[in-house]
This record gives sequence, structure tokens and C-alpha cells, in this order.
Amino acid sequence: MSAKIRYEDVEPGTELPAQSFPVSRATLVQYAGASGDFNPIHWNEKFAKEVGLPDVIAHGMFTMAAAIRVVTDWVGDPAAVVEYGVRFTKPVVVPNDETGALVEVSAKVAAKLDDEARTVRVDLTAMSAGQKVLGMSRAVVALA
Amino acid sequence: MALDQSFVGRTYPPTAPYEVGREKIREFAEAVGDANPAYTDPEAAKALGHPDVIAPPTFVFAITFKAAGVVIEDPQLGLDYSRVVHGDQKFAYNRPVRAGDRLTVTSTIEAIKSLAGNDILDIRGEVHDEAGEHVVTAFTKLVARAAEGE
Repeated sequence: MSAKIRYEDVEPGTELPAQSFPVSRATLVQYAGASGDFNPIHWNEKFAKEVGLPDVIAHGMFTMAAAIRVVTDWVGDPAAVVEYGVRFTKPVVVPNDETGALVEVSAKVAAKLDDEARTVRVDLTAMSAGQKVLGMSRAVVALA
Repeated sequence: MALDQSFVGRTYPPTAPYEVGREKIREFAEAVGDANPAYTDPEAAKALGHPDVIAPPTFVFAITFKAAGVVIEDPQLGLDYSRVVHGDQKFAYNRPVRAGDRLTVTSTIEAIKSLAGNDILDIRGEVHDEAGEHVVTAFTKLVARAAEGE
């Protein structure tokens, strides 16, 4: 493991570079194939509406995978992530149009946890269409 | 109907090994749009100290969730999967999953709660490699929404 961010160089409140992730129907079909999650609520509008959803929604696990990129791109080595958890609070609704949806992720260092293990807690915020789509979204990251 | 509390603590037998392939990792990284070379380029992964390409942090969910099928489909437990939504997900890593791993998953029911007619099921999936070393633990919270009329 070789993180490129030094423990000494961060403080509670240090912001990570924010990123936005576009999500289209094609993204969801590709994710379904790669992950093996073929639940029709993620690709079949008729089915999604029949079960009470406003439209096709993104896989929660896709949003979780996108959000952690803010941390792994910052720290360089993905193995620096020693813990990662989220709550799925609202679905990311993906309309069948040119733009699809956008997941906007910001993150900041919330606490320095262990001076010896050089671990910090990073709190993430993921928004789509003005709604918080992940709650309790936290990662523990081992820095250099 | 509330799930039977006596299932709390029940551990299911480990799964047959899942062999992690480089190209499956690449396919997953591409699907989430993640261009980190540690996922696709063995040399880049080695430069970071890994013996082969590693998988993105959430890759292992496909393996642990499939393994959780023994719990979800346990006829004795009687979970109504058509009403299930994914509530929370957490991973605690000992090391990253990497190409060449042969991983087994042992699923345990950690908790069963009933809240406003919803059944809440916590499943812990312990992932081990072929040498028996712990790789990662996945914590999955499933919520079975109350049936109408209950």
C-alpha cells in the first residue's frame, strides 16, 4: 500500500477534490452486466413504474462505486481504503434522455483516527437532482 | 410476518471458491468509469506494491451478495425477496481483492429486527482467500418492506 497523501498534510476539514459522475441508461446496462445485478428496476421503465418507482433507478452499488472514486483518485492507491460504508437514502432516478442523471460527490476529512496507523475518516456527500442519495457515507483511509 | 429471531447468529457453509480474473476486474472498472491503472495494468499495480491488478473497493459485493443468496432464499427463514431493498452496505478490508484470488464467502445472520412492519436483516459475509487468510468482510443490511394490509 502506497498512498500519495501524507497523514501530516491533512487536518479535519481538509476537502478532497469533488467530482461529478454522469449516469445514463447505457451506464446502467453496462453496470448490470459487469456486476451481475440484472434487477429490471435498473433498465426496464415499465417494470420500475409498476413497482412504484418514478422511473428507472441506478444500482445503489453503482453510486457507491462512483462515490469512492473521490477518495481513491485523491489517495492514489485504492488499497488505502480500509473501511467504506454507505446508507442508500434516495434512489438516483435516470431518465431515458440525452442527459440522464448526475451524481455529485464531495468529501472531506472528518477526523484523524490513529497517529500510528495513520488513518483518517473521510465523510462523503453524494447528491443527485438536489437530493442526498447516500447517507452515513464514510471511509477510513490509511495515509502515507 | 416478522422473521424468526432464532436465526440470529446462524452461519451458513462457505461457498465454493470464486476465481477473480484480470478481465473481470477490467470489465467492472470500465463499467464504473474508473481509469485507475491499478485495476488494469499489472505493472502499475506492482509499482504500488501489489502482486497483480487489484479490484475496485466495491467489486467484491457481486461475490458476497451472491453468497448471501443462501440466507435470502432459505425457505425456513421465509424472507419475501420481492419486497427487499438494499438499506446499508459496508466493507472492512484486510487487503484489496486481486486477480488470481480464489475467494470463499461465509455468510452469517448478524441481526433481525422488525420496525414499523418492515423486516430488517443484517448479513455479514466473511471473505477468505485460498490460504485461509481474511481478505474483506461485507456487511449488508436488507429491508423487507411491510406487505400491504399488515
